[in-house]
Amino acid sequence: MITGLSHTTIWVLDQDEALEFYTQKLGFEVNTDATMDEFRWLTVNAPGRPDHELILLVPGPPMMDEESAEQVKALVAKGALGPGAFEADDCRATYAELNGRGVSFLSEPTERFYGVEATFRDNSGNWFSMTQRTDVPVAN
Amino acid sequence: MRDPIPVYVHLRRAKDLIDRDFAEPLDVPALAREAHASRAHFVRSFKKAFGETPHQYLLRRRIERAKELLRSTPLSVTEVSIEVGFRSLGSFSATFRQLVGEPPSAYAGRWRSAAQPRIPACFTLMYTRPHESTFREAGTGDPG
Repeated sequence: MITGLSHTTIWVLDQDEALEFYTQKLGFEVNTDATMDEFRWLTVNAPGRPDHELILLVPGPPMMDEESAEQVKALVAKGALGPGAFEADDCRATYAELNGRGVSFLSEPTERFYGVEATFRDNSGNWFSMTQRTDVPVAN
Repeated sequence: MRDPIPVYVHLRRAKDLIDRDFAEPLDVPALAREAHASRAHFVRSFKKAFGETPHQYLLRRRIERAKELLRSTPLSVTEVSIEVGFRSLGSFSATFRQLVGEPPSAYAGRWRSAAQPRIPACFTLMYTRPHESTFREAGTGDPG
């Protein structure tokens, strides 16, 4: 059986700038930063959660032809992509903290049926939810 | 060709400003400043990037936010219209009817008496804004 999701690709416009954003603004930890030939494998994770790595990747060859890469970059820059939802222990406090560091929020913390949620963008343009869940499902 | 990515970044910032401050009296010159562009160039490039003008995007965002308040709060139609940035109830009701296809009171009545679908709000924010196929610009005479 499949037991979980361990890696998620986040398309970014620049790895150095993304690294700075995810570590300095969001407070994430660098999981792996390794370069082989010209390929830089750069992953980060939420504090204390190395079991789920975010792969910060710039679209480009040879994985993607130049034209496709430009299209993906355009989608990221235009803000069309939303890779997922983060969890927070205290959404309002984290909002205040991240907002103070200049993270761009699209919506402020609001009560929902599943918890308190805010939405923000990373520095490349990807949008995320940040939710303090009240309905966390329990694994069997 | 000039690299379009930095232009998209500026345009997205203007769009995000609409999403964040939709209830404020936003105008095109202020949005153009956010996008570092002249007014005419801003409107043209925004439409090219996102398929609608900044003004259309703002109106649709306001109506989407109004729909949410009508579904999930006990606010009156008048209160909702003010809450999302309309200056008159008349223009709110007309825009709402045009974009949603029914008056705000009917929409509220329908949803407030029903169980709310269990869909995360971040997705209703992104996916329930009225869009092109439901939208008719005022005064175009399009019978729909």
